[in-house]
Amino acid sequence: MLKPQRRTGLVFFPAFDWAISPNHPEREERLLYTQDQIFEEGLLDRGNIVEYKPGLATYEDINRAHICVPDAASVVTESHLISAGGAITAAEKVLAGEVDNAFALVRPPGHHAMLVVHGARGFCNVNIEAIMIESIRHRYGPKRVAVIDTDCHHGDGTQDIYWNDPDTLCISLHQDGRTLYPGTGFHDEFGGPNALGATINIPLPPRTSDEGFMMVLERVILPILADFKPDLVINSAGQDNHFTDPLTDMRFSAQGYAQLNERLAPHVAILEGGYAIEQALPYVNLGIILAMAGLDYSQVREPGYNPERLRQSPQVTAAIEAEIEAVLKLYKGRQAAKTKIVAGANYLKRQKVIYYDTDGISERQEETVRVCDDCGGLVMIESVADTGKMVFAVILPGRCCPVCRTHGEHFFERTNRGKFNRIYFQDRERGIFLVK
Amino acid sequence: MILGIDVGGTHTDAVLMDGLAVVRKAKVPTDERDLLTSLLAATDELVDSGVIARLERVVLSTTLSTNAIVQNKIDRVGLLLVSGPGLPPDLPVRDGDGCCLAGYTNHRGQEIFPLDHRQAASALGQFREAGINHVGIVGKFSTRNPRQEIELGEIAAGLVHHVTLGHRLSGHLNFPRRIATTYLNEAVWNRYHRFVTEVVNFAATRGITAPISILKADGGTIDIRQSVEFPVQTILSGPAASVMGIVALTGCRSDAIALDIGGTTTDIVLFANGAPLLEAFGATIEGHKTLIRGLRTRSIGIGGDSVVDYRDGELKIGPRREGVAAALGGPFPTPTDAMILLGMTAIGSREKAVAALRPIAAAMDRPLDEAAATIFHETCRRIGLAVRAVIEEINNQPVYTIHELLEGWRIQPQTLYVVGGPAQVMAPELARLLDCEPCVPEHAEAANAIGAALARTTAELTLLADTEQRIMTIAEEGFQSQIPARFTRQDAIRVALEKLGEKARKLGAAERDLELEVLEAQEYNMVREFVTAGKNIRVRVQIKPGTIGLLAPKEGRC
Repeated sequence: MLKPQRRTGLVFFPAFDWAISPNHPEREERLLYTQDQIFEEGLLDRGNIVEYKPGLATYEDINRAHICVPDAASVVTESHLISAGGAITAAEKVLAGEVDNAFALVRPPGHHAMLVVHGARGFCNVNIEAIMIESIRHRYGPKRVAVIDTDCHHGDGTQDIYWNDPDTLCISLHQDGRTLYPGTGFHDEFGGPNALGATINIPLPPRTSDEGFMMVLERVILPILADFKPDLVINSAGQDNHFTDPLTDMRFSAQGYAQLNERLAPHVAILEGGYAIEQALPYVNLGIILAMAGLDYSQVREPGYNPERLRQSPQVTAAIEAEIEAVLKLYKGRQAAKTKIVAGANYLKRQKVIYYDTDGISERQEETVRVCDDCGGLVMIESVADTGKMVFAVILPGRCCPVCRTHGEHFFERTNRGKFNRIYFQDRERGIFLVK
Repeated sequence: MILGIDVGGTHTDAVLMDGLAVVRKAKVPTDERDLLTSLLAATDELVDSGVIARLERVVLSTTLSTNAIVQNKIDRVGLLLVSGPGLPPDLPVRDGDGCCLAGYTNHRGQEIFPLDHRQAASALGQFREAGINHVGIVGKFSTRNPRQEIELGEIAAGLVHHVTLGHRLSGHLNFPRRIATTYLNEAVWNRYHRFVTEVVNFAATRGITAPISILKADGGTIDIRQSVEFPVQTILSGPAASVMGIVALTGCRSDAIALDIGGTTTDIVLFANGAPLLEAFGATIEGHKTLIRGLRTRSIGIGGDSVVDYRDGELKIGPRREGVAAALGGPFPTPTDAMILLGMTAIGSREKAVAALRPIAAAMDRPLDEAAATIFHETCRRIGLAVRAVIEEINNQPVYTIHELLEGWRIQPQTLYVVGGPAQVMAPELARLLDCEPCVPEHAEAANAIGAALARTTAELTLLADTEQRIMTIAEEGFQSQIPARFTRQDAIRVALEKLGEKARKLGAAERDLELEVLEAQEYNMVREFVTAGKNIRVRVQIKPGTIGLLAPKEGRC
């Protein structure tokens, strides 16, 4: 079967001289064998696969997506600027029309980094997808973006950043939070009041295999995407679903990953987690690149691949069926749900407790969102961390109605430092970032 | 005394050097069908019994392998491939001449699937029945562990005339390129072997006892007898000879650009710190991408004799060349004619040049001298653009460490060296366009032969050490050995340099030419189940291209 070949950009930055610590899963060795496989397969000799050097993200880029405490420079090192820069480069090449799609094989990952950043959690410091998306919006104008997070862990950071944004669809497919970090990502986490249904979570039981992932893709993800009509589809492509991953319990295979990417057809894929660096990553990444480039991936096979042994049980299938039904039901009823949830209020609050496991920091947040039918709504966050930092942030959404804008600017002006270390103003529509 | 000979497509150039000065030069036409005769003719012109007694080295650059490949005068080769899972490779042979066998070695050199000896023997039997006498054996990741290739080689040894094993040709990764390189090596092996035998015999009959070396694509030399097993390394040595000539004639030690402006094309080479840059992955020949270390040369279709035309408001210069300049009797106007008209050079007939350019000027609606000036400037401008594009490409090469990315190594050429017919005339304008100092070296017309004469031995080695498996591998040498668990990166570097020295001496290097360099030395913690299991150490060392000396500077030389 002859497939149409596509021009695929590859931003490959293995950061061979950086690690969280020498024995940490996020260490220099992580992408070494993946590089070996890519080079040995001669992928870069293929005319339709083009390699790009990553650009460097700036603190300005970071401040479009995050509120960093006390500032961006304190929470990142060069490795994060290059990782985020690589994601941005990948997206830029697609939007500039140089390639049809692109894969940023970069480290360290980012999907556990939330809107407010006090430190590192889940091996992530800043959210490279969010930084990429906001950078693209800044350069190319407002875009409807869909992020499909296929990493084995719930993409809680990306979810948090876009919780109130109806123009950014965040779908996360992950191992059930009752069995794995970060412990969240249930189907009732459905989005803020102005963005219900723009956050979709599908938790999967342990020992889900290719079949289960493809079921969810075909019956939930693709239909919702068709409904949402995004300008840009992004695959937050973590590879820790693999049957050999040391930190998780799923049974996805290289073939499965390749098929998923072929069907999903993302414009940009970004590496997230995945720590089976010898047994999985070289083959999974090979499969993804071949699928994105429209090349023959049918013979990509990791050692120890035995489809019979990986098959999921009927119980797993039944559990997934139940999840699919629940998610679709919620999605269909999202308009009606808003009235019930809002119940006539002008502002809604939610309380969050966030733990930064990589740095050992504990944070409490109160997030207030203005109920709005015209835009994502003004958001205000009060955040206290056990490092002693207390901050307040006012955030205007990427598409902001005049009322939310007036209220937001008013709140920022009126609030005095007082008990807060810092007060931040992030205007995503106009690209303004202020600190007082 | 040194004898350097470059057997080119049209001419064979030779120089005899005493110390580092040119004593005699010779130029004879090349007989394409019999390179050996051209070689012998050039030699006999320069060398007599007195010289022979004092001859210390002889270096040949020949187009034998290149021509054989380009003209498809090669043997049929059967390929045995152990490709395992992954992307099925495109094969350089017809269907049936390539056979994918069971077996697989992974990136760590661990045997994942064993070979099936009967399958291999059967495939070889089929090759023999088809009349195939030459076999190439290539396995994926054979540079990590050559054992499966060696096993197959042993089976094939008795059954066919000759075998090439992939891992001996390069220590670099890239299975498709390894296949192409192995195929080409085996395809020219016979022809090249005969050539070497004849050269060695000729030398014996003349009483030449000096070591004879062959020039390679990277501008380095290899002893002729060692070269027999690796004929594919002698491809594309022509451009390398010219480049090494420039090195010898100019003593370049910084970043620079070198242009060879020929009749049809202009060849571009860049230097970093005085050494010519090499192709990132390997040289390409006749559309085959290989692992051969070759100079990074770019050729554009603009030269002194390019056809000049003005059509639909556009000035076309090349890529066609249909003969010499009009001033010399050629059929079309050329940049050379423009230069003659402008008084920049005084060859041939000015009237003929004018006559050829008149219609162009009319089409451009410009006076004759303005049209000629435009042609000249455009020729220079387009060459300049091509050079800038090459520099951009080099400066945008991907790097994989934070250090390299932030350091942002860039090449910043200071000098522009120009050789070729119109070099003197075009150098100043080109240098201006490229922000460089121009330099047209003396003896430029014999640069290729001088380059061959003075090129020194080059070699490269990749050493991999895996302290978890306690194995050290240098694939190109077919070398594997046990190492202790405490083997360090320093140990790896030490061993690699030792082995490189040994290899270089075997290839004909003199002690004083052993300038060894570490290209890469990386060490990774291998962690399994949260415990450090060992270290994955990768070292690459080389002797970079260079000359054994520089020509004594003459006055007037830049």
